[in-house]
Amino acid sequence: MEFLNAIILLLNYIFMPALTYGSQLALGAIFVTLIYGILRFANFATGDMMAFGTMVTILFTWYFQSLGISLGVLPTALLAIPFAIVLTIGYMLLIDKFVFRYYRVSKSPPVQLAMVSIGVMFVTQAVVRIIIGPSDQRFFDGEKFIIKAGEFKEMTGLNEGLAIKSSQVLTIFVTIVLVSILFWFLNKTKTGKSMRAYSDNEDLALLSGIDPKRVVMITWIIAGILATIGGALYGLDKSFKPFTYFNNMLPIFAAAIVGGIGNPFGAFLGGYVIAFSEIFLTYAYKKFFMYVLPASMEPETLVQLLSTDYKFAVSFSILVIVLLYRPNGIFKGKVL
Amino acid sequence: MLGLIILVGIFQSWNVALSIFNMCLISAVMTMGANIQWGYAGLINFGLMGYAALGGLAAVLISVEPVQEAWVAGGFSILMSLWLIVAMVLAIRFVLKNFEKSKIRTYGIATIIIAGIIIIRVTSETSIEAIENVNPATTGFLGGLGLPIMFSWIVGAFFAAGLAFIVGKVALGLRADYLAIATLLISEIVIAIIKHEDWLTRGVKNVIGLDRPVPYEIELQTKEWFINLVAKFNSGKLDLISSITDKQSALNQLVIEGSSVFVKLCYSGLFLIVVIALLIVTQKALYSPWGRMMRAIRDNEEAANAMGKNVVKQHLLIFILGSAIVGIAGAMLVTQDGLFTPGSYQPMRYTFLIWVMVIVGGSGNNLGAVLGAFIIWFMWVQSSPMGLWVVEMISNNVQDSNTWVEFLEDRVFYLRLIFMGTILLVIMRFYPSGILPEKNKEL
Repeated sequence: MEFLNAIILLLNYIFMPALTYGSQLALGAIFVTLIYGILRFANFATGDMMAFGTMVTILFTWYFQSLGISLGVLPTALLAIPFAIVLTIGYMLLIDKFVFRYYRVSKSPPVQLAMVSIGVMFVTQAVVRIIIGPSDQRFFDGEKFIIKAGEFKEMTGLNEGLAIKSSQVLTIFVTIVLVSILFWFLNKTKTGKSMRAYSDNEDLALLSGIDPKRVVMITWIIAGILATIGGALYGLDKSFKPFTYFNNMLPIFAAAIVGGIGNPFGAFLGGYVIAFSEIFLTYAYKKFFMYVLPASMEPETLVQLLSTDYKFAVSFSILVIVLLYRPNGIFKGKVL
Repeated sequence: MLGLIILVGIFQSWNVALSIFNMCLISAVMTMGANIQWGYAGLINFGLMGYAALGGLAAVLISVEPVQEAWVAGGFSILMSLWLIVAMVLAIRFVLKNFEKSKIRTYGIATIIIAGIIIIRVTSETSIEAIENVNPATTGFLGGLGLPIMFSWIVGAFFAAGLAFIVGKVALGLRADYLAIATLLISEIVIAIIKHEDWLTRGVKNVIGLDRPVPYEIELQTKEWFINLVAKFNSGKLDLISSITDKQSALNQLVIEGSSVFVKLCYSGLFLIVVIALLIVTQKALYSPWGRMMRAIRDNEEAANAMGKNVVKQHLLIFILGSAIVGIAGAMLVTQDGLFTPGSYQPMRYTFLIWVMVIVGGSGNNLGAVLGAFIIWFMWVQSSPMGLWVVEMISNNVQDSNTWVEFLEDRVFYLRLIFMGTILLVIMRFYPSGILPEKNKEL
């Protein structure tokens, strides 16, 4: 019984949050990695593009809510996401046409493109803040919990409750579906294969008749889907604030690099590596040990490796360690 | 550019104009630091904010009076922890030197680090709490050395150089864009530490009321010579006022304004000295054999390497030098503000904005860096007043559109982001080498 309690405790406070957070990071990291692999630059506007997608989702959600449309137990945002995706893709293609294409055609070094993406970051940030404002927005409606902690306790008779938020389940479910479709697309379809070929060796791909414009366009389309869904899921689970999205860029980068930048599968796993280590290292295990150890050995301190203030610092330290020992990431990078 | 600042002085107030001017000077120092790394050597450092924060920390640690009680409460075990850290580093060095590279060695080092962290945490936990409990409202930290704050400009440079040495050792081998991300994330770690180690920095509780190298306004207002000076400057205006009481109150008002202008002028003088000295030194360095070698390395690493230049060493050196300059700027900033707020070190403000300055001014050109700092900082500060002015013009001419005007007034603040982004994009597209391009290609 004690042991079960301990496991439920870990499930509730470590496993579920980490899995959710990891999924959100994973989507962002695949976005970064795709841009890096195919368009060949580090996109510093990642976080803000995700914020843009989320903002459009919120605007559509509000619109639907004002019309009285809702999905019942599910959040209305799910209905808004497809429309938001279309708009976000449009925004990205517009930026690509007016900003990035010039540098791509003139074959500028990647550093220059990264600098340009900083300009895009400034502009996108301003657009988001001007349209929706800098403050916190919560747009989750529908049923909040699938299982409440109290109900779970009653059902099982355990001391520890397991609360499963519907946003958590939604995040994990959507991520799995989306990522499987993406991998199927990249590995099985002709377009996906041509994208991988382009990423692997641009000249050779051009020689064999792959249309670079099409590849670039599809990359931005996938990027738009990932950015909007990733951002919206994060917003549903926590809340939407442009500033947090900008800051999320950093763990997302960490996830992409840890997984081997340019490698979508690596980025996917990298997201979970970052999320789990952040939460594992900053969780206070006192209660866990109280369940597992006999009463005489109960710890007096919080048994916390690092204080939660260092959450971000943990992921960045992991990144530094990975860069030191495996500069190509845990899974070898640059093989889309 | 100076003309624009003078215009601000005439139309808004000299106080505002001078504070913009001072921030321009500080930004110019930071920009020069980034420019040395990027323009001379092609190294991207997105960690500027970390070095600036370390410079600020130096200002605190140098100038604040030591808190005796806190030292009594926990000073000893903090010192012991420092020794433990040193011992840990030495142990790792020992392992690195004496064992061959293998999995076991890697795990060994990891064990040393983890064990070290746990031991340090256990030994220092109680004393950190004790220190933080000493008068938490006003002190709650160890304090500094109680020296004049000007020393911190040098110490800040050393702090930043120390961090740059470690970062450089770790990250300089990376490719350009990896380096950018790695430096950014490492500086985030540094900021996190500064923010949350309250016993050292007071963390988000901020340190306020730091010493000043220049006189205080209140003291100035009572000084005879200063009042006479103000009276002399404004004699024309004062003579117009006939009644004596009116004259006296007008003079008082002028003295109050004048004192803060005077203080800002003092700062401007100090900062100008630093900027000019740095300009001379960096310019000399750029045209010296060393500068030529740096540019050779930047333009073709392999060729320079083949000529017998130690590329890795030179990269590390220039990384340290540039970061040290940013550290000076960080210390200057805290000196000017008189307060240290770890929470304010954001990548947007202290990394990306500085980079916009470098790119706009012209990478590789020191004068360009200064010019870029002036232009961009001026735009950054003045774009929201200008935007507000435009909105007011609209609202005066348009009837019953209150909600729209309010909406715009709320958001005008973010126009500066759009300005920055567009300037950066336009410059990158049409003047890739900046407003003042590097002009020594033929040397």
